[in-house]
Amino acid sequence: MIVFKGVHKWFKTLHVLNDINLHVTPGEVLVVCGPSGSGKSTLIRTINQLEPINEGSLIVDGYDLSDKKTDINKLRAEVGFVFQQFNLYPHLSVISNITLAPTKIRNISKKEAEEQAMVLLTRVGLSEKRDAYPSQLSGGQQQRVAIARALAMKPRIMLFDEPTSALDPEMIGEVLAVMKDLALSGMTMVVVTHEMGFAREVAHRVAFMADGIVLEEAHPEDFFMRPQHERAKQFLRQLLTPMQAECP
Amino acid sequence: MLNYTFDWSIITSGKYFDWLVAGLITTLKLSTISIVMAFLLGLLIAVMRMSNSKPIRWFAHAYLEFFRNTPLLVQIFFWYFGSYKILPTAVNDWLVSTNFEFAAAAIALTIYTSAFIAEDIRSGVLSIPKEQMEAARSAGFSYLRSMQYIILPQAVRITIPPLVNQFLNVAKNSSLAMTIGVMEMTYQARQVESYTFKGFEAFTAATVVYLLLSILITALVNAYNEKVLNIHKAA
Repeated sequence: MIVFKGVHKWFKTLHVLNDINLHVTPGEVLVVCGPSGSGKSTLIRTINQLEPINEGSLIVDGYDLSDKKTDINKLRAEVGFVFQQFNLYPHLSVISNITLAPTKIRNISKKEAEEQAMVLLTRVGLSEKRDAYPSQLSGGQQQRVAIARALAMKPRIMLFDEPTSALDPEMIGEVLAVMKDLALSGMTMVVVTHEMGFAREVAHRVAFMADGIVLEEAHPEDFFMRPQHERAKQFLRQLLTPMQAECP
Repeated sequence: MLNYTFDWSIITSGKYFDWLVAGLITTLKLSTISIVMAFLLGLLIAVMRMSNSKPIRWFAHAYLEFFRNTPLLVQIFFWYFGSYKILPTAVNDWLVSTNFEFAAAAIALTIYTSAFIAEDIRSGVLSIPKEQMEAARSAGFSYLRSMQYIILPQAVRITIPPLVNQFLNVAKNSSLAMTIGVMEMTYQARQVESYTFKGFEAFTAATVVYLLLSILITALVNAYNEKVLNIHKAA
């Protein structure tokens, strides 16, 4: 469903994506992790062309992103994107945030869009917030609305770019629960995250990146128990040590 | 001793009162049309100024440098005395037979003000985080639709205070239309003064009218801002 073949990307002279080869099949959950600056955010942003690629081929849901003639707006309507900073529309209520794209892009009626939006809001546990404004919500609530907003377009793929990194610790769980529920429903997902618990429990595959290269690609169990690459071992040590220190 | 007898009755009733009311109505019409058109044109120029296409950006830039750096009075004279001369005779005759003074004044005020409004709106747009555009684009909105539904509604709210200034300038600048014979408020006050020599009363009336008009514009925009735009107050 998402196929990277020899993808390269440069920011000026910085080689941010170096020969990426990945294949995500329908219904699969791929978690991308790695130290900061490894190119994982850039990688996920190429999938809906928030960042165009410079070399190689990238095919997403049948759309060829290396072809300039591809109607990128059409593809983006099929791909939900959830940002680290939520990026809700602050001038619109929760319900309008969710119904805007379906009514304007899919041309469905306002009434129908609102009914669907309420189903989604109930699913993320925020039906009572339909008329609230983003600034009235906590970070975790905003991110759950952002997920509902993305789902309202009935996307075939969902992309999550560090969806819990901007959240207070006590709100991370509520967002991960929504994502887990989504994964169990069979959604094709690519998730950039440091939440190794989520990766272990939900991911079908983990890709580890460093310096723009996918160093390791493995089943979560293998990745966490038997990391092959030295950088991956180091990364996991740094990530897991503080957690072990907390638990007696 | 004061060598002047006040006679306020001339501006509160009778023929001169009717003149002033006629002037007030013309000023209201001219200001309203110019404000609405200048706002819409300003939006368009602001969006063009931020376009991805170089020629469009260049055109918008040239437009606003040209129109905000030449005097409004010259622009009014240009549209009234200059523009129609280059048109075919038939169009020319038709224009002169219509209320061309009013049209020329409205065009000049609209274009002049749109240049300032475009820059105000552009600065509003630049203050919206770029992530808003990313969120809109990743939902599948085109650049223009993103502007329409997500960026401009937020930018316009931020731009309200400078926009009020521009609207007030239109109302006050509309008095320059008298120079080409538009019978607006200042023109009529001048007429009343010429016929009655009651300059103090006549221009007091004009002053009060402009003052009230300005206060009305400010109040209307603020009410709109409160009711329609300023809705995401923090809890």
